[in-house]
Amino acid sequence: MRPSTVVFALLGPLAAATVMVLALSGPSTAAHQPRLDANRALVARLGLTDLALFTEARYTRHPSQADLHSALQDHPGAFDHFPSGSLLPPPALVRRHASLDRKAASPD
Amino acid sequence: MHPWIEKQRHLIDFTLAALARRKTRNAGLLVAYTLIVFVLASLMLFANALRTEAAYVLAASPEVILQRMVAGRHDLIPPGYIERIGRLRGVQKIEGRLWGYYYDPVVNANYTFMARPADEVADGRIMVGATLARERGLAPGNTISFRSYSGRLFTFDVAAVLSPDSELLSADLVLLSERDFRAFFEYPAGHWTDVALAVVNPLEVRNVAAKLAAALPDSRPILREEVLRTYESVFDWREGIVLTVLAGAILAFTILAWEKASGLSADERREIGILKAIGWETGDVIRMKLWEGLLVSLTAFLLGFVAAWVHVFHFGAAVFAPVLKGWAILYPRFTLVPAVDGLQVATLFFFTVVPYTAAVLVPIWRAATTDPDAVMRA
Repeated sequence: MRPSTVVFALLGPLAAATVMVLALSGPSTAAHQPRLDANRALVARLGLTDLALFTEARYTRHPSQADLHSALQDHPGAFDHFPSGSLLPPPALVRRHASLDRKAASPD
Repeated sequence: MHPWIEKQRHLIDFTLAALARRKTRNAGLLVAYTLIVFVLASLMLFANALRTEAAYVLAASPEVILQRMVAGRHDLIPPGYIERIGRLRGVQKIEGRLWGYYYDPVVNANYTFMARPADEVADGRIMVGATLARERGLAPGNTISFRSYSGRLFTFDVAAVLSPDSELLSADLVLLSERDFRAFFEYPAGHWTDVALAVVNPLEVRNVAAKLAAALPDSRPILREEVLRTYESVFDWREGIVLTVLAGAILAFTILAWEKASGLSADERREIGILKAIGWETGDVIRMKLWEGLLVSLTAFLLGFVAAWVHVFHFGAAVFAPVLKGWAILYPRFTLVPAVDGLQVATLFFFTVVPYTAAVLVPIWRAATTDPDAVMRA
């Protein structure tokens, strides 16, 4: 078999896959439409303003609602000083649920 | 077959045979090239998917949120404040909102408590986000107690767990009745956390905000477009951080690829000399090298892009997710919308395939236009 045939046999499916990814981006996004619409309806119903990605501080939980003058928050989306805004993984101390403040026994 | 196509195929056959002669070197280049495309494409696809989701769902957030500022910090809306807003042209609804944060020492996490009308959540009952429910092991019908900031213990029945599909928005949400909210936080009667305004005409939003700022100088209106812009910039910034970290690797690869593409080894030089001596035209030699550049870069692009797509949308972008998504104790589980931006893909294609293909041209043109004898002796 000619080398060019082998290469085209390999590149053909890859090119087809790339074209398919691009072409199907719309329809496959459409498959998520019910979920997206339900989430949009939830946002409208509850009046939500932010994604619940980082819950450790009010200006990371609601970056769009943060005080203009809180630390490092001169504008929406400014650098935050919690590890969620950096490359650091969470410290093991936090993961182990170590005593921080007001550590109490479970009330329930 | 058309003679032109047949000729190109012969050139490709010859190019592939030449590439195969320097197998290790070319395979190494292809792997490094593919990895670079994979990393860039993964980043691009992941950030785009998150941006698409945030932009779509947050497009339904309130048009204007009005906060009251005291000494530069967000403060409660006192009684009579909403009445002072009065009637504004274009404003369909003005609604005081009650929400706040509660730190749960049991899991060391912050929850967002939000008051809902009595017809949605009855007194003594709560609805919780799926992430919170998972972390605290809650199911509908369970009971949970929270110690309020005043030290009193409040017990609630879990009426429902919000859909896991909405975790990205509701991970830490606790919905409770207005009466429970006011009792739990000992909220002063008639006070609100902030005010949401519904504006019918999007063109009126800025005017409404300007009127609000003029009528209530201690207020801070936050527009929906600012909310959307915040998320745009958050994910742009995260993408930028990863790119900055990867900049060294990308630069190293660029130097390697440029070196490989623009410099000719003695073997390659001799090969070109022989080809010219046996009758190949300059155009043929250039075409052969162009095919080499195109085959290497196109293979790397296609392999890298398809692998990145599978990595992001089928394996949850395991390699970059911690950096791009951030972390939190209550971290939501969510699926990404497989949205691909054609323009971004075209840009990636242009910046990965074209420079490499073009870089092979200059040295080969120089070698191919020189006398075969001189090339072989060099």
